[in-house]
Amino acid sequence: MVYLDYSATTPVDKSVLDSFNNVSENYIGNPNSLHKLGLESHKLLEASVNQVASLLKVKPSEVIFTSGASESNNLAIFGVINEYKNRGKHIITTKLEHSSVLEPMKYLEKNGYKIDYVNIDNEGKVDLNHLKSLLSDDTILVSICEVNSEIGLIQDVNEIGKIINNYPKCIFHVDGTQAIGKKKISLDNIDLYSFSAHKFYGLKGVGCLIKKDDIKLSPIIHGGKSQTIYRSGTPTLALDVSLSKALRITFDNFNDRYNKVVELNKYLKEKLSNINGIKINSNDNCVPHIINISIHSVKPETMLHALEQDEIYISTKTACSDKEDESLSVLEFTKDNKLASSSIRISLSYLTEKEDLDKFINSFMKNVNKLKGLDSNGLR
Amino acid sequence: MDLDNTDRFDRLIMIKYGELTTKKDNRKLFIDKLYYDLIYKLAGLDYSITKEMARMFIEFNSEDFDIIKEKMNHVFGIHSYVLAYKVKSNKEDIEKELLKRIKKEKFKTFKVETKRSDKNFPIESTDFSRKMGGLILTNIKDISVDVHNPELVVNIEIRRDYTYIYFEEFNGIGGYPYGVQGKGLLMLSGGIDSPVAGYLAMKRGIKIDCVYFEAIPHTSLEARNKVIELVKKLNNYGHSIRLIVVPFTEIQEAIYKNCDQEYVITIMRRMMYRIMDRLVRRNKAHVIINGESIGQVASQTLTSMEVINSVTNLPVIRPVACLDKLEIIDISKKIDTYDISILPYEDCCTVFVPRHPVINPVLDKCIREEEKFDYQEMIDKTISNLLYIKVNDEDNEYKDIL
Repeated sequence: MVYLDYSATTPVDKSVLDSFNNVSENYIGNPNSLHKLGLESHKLLEASVNQVASLLKVKPSEVIFTSGASESNNLAIFGVINEYKNRGKHIITTKLEHSSVLEPMKYLEKNGYKIDYVNIDNEGKVDLNHLKSLLSDDTILVSICEVNSEIGLIQDVNEIGKIINNYPKCIFHVDGTQAIGKKKISLDNIDLYSFSAHKFYGLKGVGCLIKKDDIKLSPIIHGGKSQTIYRSGTPTLALDVSLSKALRITFDNFNDRYNKVVELNKYLKEKLSNINGIKINSNDNCVPHIINISIHSVKPETMLHALEQDEIYISTKTACSDKEDESLSVLEFTKDNKLASSSIRISLSYLTEKEDLDKFINSFMKNVNKLKGLDSNGLR
Repeated sequence: MDLDNTDRFDRLIMIKYGELTTKKDNRKLFIDKLYYDLIYKLAGLDYSITKEMARMFIEFNSEDFDIIKEKMNHVFGIHSYVLAYKVKSNKEDIEKELLKRIKKEKFKTFKVETKRSDKNFPIESTDFSRKMGGLILTNIKDISVDVHNPELVVNIEIRRDYTYIYFEEFNGIGGYPYGVQGKGLLMLSGGIDSPVAGYLAMKRGIKIDCVYFEAIPHTSLEARNKVIELVKKLNNYGHSIRLIVVPFTEIQEAIYKNCDQEYVITIMRRMMYRIMDRLVRRNKAHVIINGESIGQVASQTLTSMEVINSVTNLPVIRPVACLDKLEIIDISKKIDTYDISILPYEDCCTVFVPRHPVINPVLDKCIREEEKFDYQEMIDKTISNLLYIKVNDEDNEYKDIL
């Protein structure tokens, strides 16, 4: 099997799963119970919060565990909207966002908010001048993803944050789901930061929203204090611990893993550049983990299933986007409908080996030759 | 030679010892202890440290300065320290480095102070200061010399091999290196005063272990955890501090059942002191330390102290005895124990408080009350059931899980 869909989700690290099992079995108390068992769970919860905080260089009080990045994004957006609804009705985002940002924006647009999508330049970066021209006293929220999930485009969120700092009433949310483990991050100049553990070898079902102490947020799940007041429900101790551990392992091994993926990226791009009829959409402003290409002669979904026959797994668009034909991200970046409707994403990991890429290339070439011209959606 | 390119580290902290150096006989011991304390605190960072009789030097990467500064502010025995630039001790190198560095400073008035500890250096201090002042004036526009109230003091310290240039001096937390005076046992209750007393004792070079009297089920494990958190905070200023948990329930209940209600607090404190006396001797310590503050509560009046203290002939150090409550609170905030201390868990001093505790207890009456039960046997039993907790190990508690 060759798995090249690590940006959709990663396999769980064995030691992370061990921690999850250990905690599930041995820390049975509710962290909010007053007895000894509760206290032991509470102490462990605190230790895992402290570890996340120190890795991200924020305060323990700024860590909110959630069920994942989609919930984090929703909590960030609706939490701000509900808390600061008297401040203004204007929100800025990009068309490179994940659906868990784009859909709330559509909902808010129907409910009287003005949503602006800031332009993306040729490099794939947010046009800072356009952003400046959009910002106004009425802007209450800017939400931008640090790394786009389909192409891998990186935004300089700290630079953007500095611009937003000139608008003290405006809150800056960053979706960092695809950034953690794929680039060095800094949360300076950022008010809210979302991420999910299963993108860095953690478990599905747990994520985080970092909320700086100086801003307020309305809860979206009401029910009193749990781990935080922003998200009620019995604290998911074993999941929280597993996130904390996955994050530590990711940070501890960042350099080695990153360098390996850079090598793999170079190797794959070189191989791909020898193939006629494809265009590599990911540029140098992308994390090395994601390579998005458009195929001229084969429908992407057909290619996906053909590769699947050889036990090779990639994706078209993101696993989360709904089944429209075009990739919004690729369209936004390339302004080309044909490229947008014919893209596939290959995503790499430190677990990937060059032999995996060779197998992919062989199968890909074989299937291009076999399938070209057989469907009408290709670019030809 | 441009040291920026040849040296592994670009910045340097120069530590001044202050009071340490006045203790002639112990000087070497004190400096060695400070040296090892710094190595202990800076573990994990990339740096190099060298000690001399008058100064200590830490070379490091400038990005680590905030971390190192934070750690230095938890090491006793440092009077002050400066962030210095290091050059070879010759006039040309000093001039070059001085100009390079001073161009980044913002100031309108300045003066130069030279200290020449290497008398072989060919130019005298005042002469050298004048020369460097002239150099600065000719190279930087719109500034002037002000020897009385300058915005920037340019310090040049010429030592044998290297010269150190610095513009700013930071205060350390002073005191003696941790533990150089020997050991004492701190009575730690969980309130505001006792952690501050512990900090102040540690500052004078006393190595401490902490003693916590526990009355489960009248007190909770949360109360114990609160005390553990306090010990951790104190441990930031020292190392290897242990918490000795004394199971005090039986004695406390016996006092409550048998003795005159007005006297229960006084007798409870006498029992605690008796246990402390035994613990100090068992643990090769020399003194009892506690957070008693004159007049703060009934058991802290002068007559109470006299009656309570009479059960031991060990010295009892009361670092906050003469401080006002607000002064104690200020220190507790500085050492980051205040927020923990105010957590609302019962400790054994607050569980059984009579409505009218005696303010001026009489010794004979205490002795009579204490004869009503066999406390000696209970104390023996208590001492054979002590629990020792090492907070250093706590940090690794979740090593496998996290």
